[in-house]
Amino acid sequence: MNQEKVRTVRMHPLGDAAVVVVLGDDISVDTNARVRQFAEYVEHHPFTGMIEQVPAFQSVTVYYEPLAVLEAYGDQAAHEGQSPYVLAKSRLEGLLDQLGEAPPEAPRTVTIPVCYGGEFGPDLETVARVNHLTTEEVVAIHSGAEYLVYMLGFAPGFAYLGGMSGRIRTPRRETPRLAIPAGTVGIAGDQTGVYPIETPGGWQLIGRTPTQLFLPGEQPPALLKAGDLVRFRPIARAEYDAWKEQSP
Amino acid sequence: MSLKIHKPGLLTTVQDLGRHGAQKYGVIVSGAMDGFALRTANLLVGNEEHAAGLEVTMVGPEIELEDPTLLSVCGGDLRPRLDGEPVPLWRTIYAGRGSRLAFGGMTGAGCRAYVAFAGGIDVPERMQSRSTYLRAAIGGYEGRPLRAQDRVPLGRLSLRNANLLLAIEAQRSSVSGWTVAAELRPQYGGETTVRFLPGEEYGLFDEASRARLEREPFQVLPQSDRMGYRLTGPGLNLVRKTEMVSAAVTFGTMQVPPDGNPIVLMADRQTSGGYPKLAQVLSADLPLLAQANLGERVRFRRVSLAEAEQAIIKRERALRTLRGGLEQRAERHWKS
Repeated sequence: MNQEKVRTVRMHPLGDAAVVVVLGDDISVDTNARVRQFAEYVEHHPFTGMIEQVPAFQSVTVYYEPLAVLEAYGDQAAHEGQSPYVLAKSRLEGLLDQLGEAPPEAPRTVTIPVCYGGEFGPDLETVARVNHLTTEEVVAIHSGAEYLVYMLGFAPGFAYLGGMSGRIRTPRRETPRLAIPAGTVGIAGDQTGVYPIETPGGWQLIGRTPTQLFLPGEQPPALLKAGDLVRFRPIARAEYDAWKEQSP
Repeated sequence: MSLKIHKPGLLTTVQDLGRHGAQKYGVIVSGAMDGFALRTANLLVGNEEHAAGLEVTMVGPEIELEDPTLLSVCGGDLRPRLDGEPVPLWRTIYAGRGSRLAFGGMTGAGCRAYVAFAGGIDVPERMQSRSTYLRAAIGGYEGRPLRAQDRVPLGRLSLRNANLLLAIEAQRSSVSGWTVAAELRPQYGGETTVRFLPGEEYGLFDEASRARLEREPFQVLPQSDRMGYRLTGPGLNLVRKTEMVSAAVTFGTMQVPPDGNPIVLMADRQTSGGYPKLAQVLSADLPLLAQANLGERVRFRRVSLAEAEQAIIKRERALRTLRGGLEQRAERHWKS
């Protein structure tokens, strides 16, 4: 990472056991790439006492055990008064300096099959009506775009996707549903996403995928990760059912 | 060896110190609300600190022990009894075959008790943890709170478990003479004061709100749970409305939604949040907050990062001392 970029990075504590490394001020492909590159580098070069790193839209948060960090990097002669935060921060600054040499991982493209409309997408017609489109046009627009996974959060395996066309943007429902089945694909404002587990929610539901996004028995436990590119492929109900039969 | 559950209690779950390393996939940490109490209970029976135990909430279960074992109850005082006899907290207890552990109810000193058994609770690990993740129904005992008729498996005894068992059998009493130093035990109950560091958006709240946070008490609302403590109290307001971008939140993060009533995120928090962060409760004070019962009052006091760090390091060192002391005791017995 060049000097100019290093200077734009800010760090601040999240309580007494985490450092937030802020790598940008916008939600953009560029900022996401920097967040992803740093997150991957930290993942592969953890410091002693580090627990885990969690990337978000603009930042990477690094959790650590204060006493372990103090003992690993503190001055043994002057234990009292030394700050685990300052020590952890200086490790991360060191990693930032080395970052230039780390080649960024090439993004994967993940295709998610979706059965649109019908009982799986009870709000598809609402989305069409709000946007003065036919339901076929909504499906074509939704499945015609490529989406970037900015981060995972909200629910296990849930991806915040960027790149949905403004032509199908639709406000949330006024009354949230109490239970939305796992695999449901929805739209909320400018965002689209897939519910990995059954949750309540106010999204407009347009379809469902037979693919599991949360895989608790596997490593990694999620189909998607930050930096992936996602495409939705329309499938018929018969294909959905066949898929479900193979992997219930 | 297993535990036979006769009555489940209000919300009894298997918890360890949480599921770390998968937050980047949106998987929440879970784990004990009062991690200090679980760690202490584990040490007292000779387990590793991160072994799985039971988190007992407000109304306790009734549990039959199939075989003789060591147990320890730490944290909130829910009046534990073994075969009708009161069980002192923060000690090692020898429990004979067929004995029954039950709870008399809350005393006002905490609302969650932690029970550790020698060998730990041996449910399968899911994503490197045995903690129950209730919403996703994974981990713990079949991903859910305990029910009557469940049989909860315990792990095999380690040498350290066995040595402590021998040490306590050598006493006349089934209750250990050793305990946790009084100054190490948190003072649960009553009006709790917890210390905080300013959160990232602290400066975006108006001056009156920041003053109220420190001056006035907040009450724990009934809809509080393992995910978050909803507090009522004086409204806390931003100087002006701010668009927030989702970023990491952690145990003890105080977020303020637009209604002005703060939420302090707890063990089952989401991995990220989008509300302004007013404050961050000190790691060292999370056990106190986790034991504050519904309806109780909590006060907040601002401190420096240096004080926060010293508090958690002191706590960690004290736990290490406790562990060392118990190991010596077990070894001394072994050698004698």
